[in-house]
Amino acid sequence: MKLIVNGETLETSAQTLKGLLDELRVQAERVAVEVNLSVVRKSEYATFPLNEEDRIEIVNFVGGG
Amino acid sequence: MEDTLMIRGIAFRSRLWVGTGKYKDFEETRKVIEASGSDVVTVAVRRVNIIDGKSENLLDYIDPKKYKILPNTAGCYTVEDALRYSRLAREAGISDLIKLEVIGDERTLFPDTIGLLKATEVLAKEGFVVLPYTNDDPVMAKRLEDAGAAAVMPLGAPIGSGLGIRNPYNIRIILETVKVPVVVDAGVGTASDAAIAMELGCDAVLINTGIAGAKDPVVMASAMKHAVLAGRLACRAGRIPKKLYATASSPIEGML
Repeated sequence: MKLIVNGETLETSAQTLKGLLDELRVQAERVAVEVNLSVVRKSEYATFPLNEEDRIEIVNFVGGG
Repeated sequence: MEDTLMIRGIAFRSRLWVGTGKYKDFEETRKVIEASGSDVVTVAVRRVNIIDGKSENLLDYIDPKKYKILPNTAGCYTVEDALRYSRLAREAGISDLIKLEVIGDERTLFPDTIGLLKATEVLAKEGFVVLPYTNDDPVMAKRLEDAGAAAVMPLGAPIGSGLGIRNPYNIRIILETVKVPVVVDAGVGTASDAAIAMELGCDAVLINTGIAGAKDPVVMASAMKHAVLAGRLACRAGRIPKKLYATASSPIEGML
């Protein structure tokens, strides 16, 4: 399905958020995720279903003041 | 010397807090934090680079078990954005701490105090430990405390300006106005600035550019560590009053 992840359109075969993170090789422990402007609890990543055209933001901590 | 700062049950061992922005690379960041002796670092919340797929992460170099990670809402100019970033920061799973920034102006990076107050109220109700980056207005500091801020973080001078503590009198008034800890955030340019902040009675100082922008950041981190310690000890020691005229240090008795 088509998703918009961090502002980029991409195609994925993942069905769940965890599946998407694995596909993108992103460590779930190091990130926070928002789907359609709602923060998703980490405990739900494995079961959270993805839908066509979902807007997903995957963030982590970077250097900052 | 046991001198732990407690904020909502969280123990902050170091009175020097260090920002992790503007370093050459993660390795330099790590060395600087080590030289600073600090156990508190701030971080920003930003998109993961999914295209490049670089697997290195800041937290691979700064162990969240050893350091208190204080996420900021840098770059947020609206209440909505600040809330959004705060909630994401908390979900990253480390703590409820947030260094709340709602910026009012691009050139000065001064806080939008109206937005800051609104965001503080909302986040405090949601159980965040809110540490708002504010200006040196004691009225504002009291409002933030009343709104549920766990500490207040008045700027010494604009972020990255290196101008030091521009209004020590207001900082002193803030110290007398609020009961929560006061942590100077922004503007410290060199060691003496940090010492001055601590001598005034501040509970801690947060420094990023003052260290990262120095010609030798590792040496400056060490300087700041000593300066914060010196200022803190001087404050606790109780300085002599300032006098217009001299009082001799050697006795008259026994003069020839």
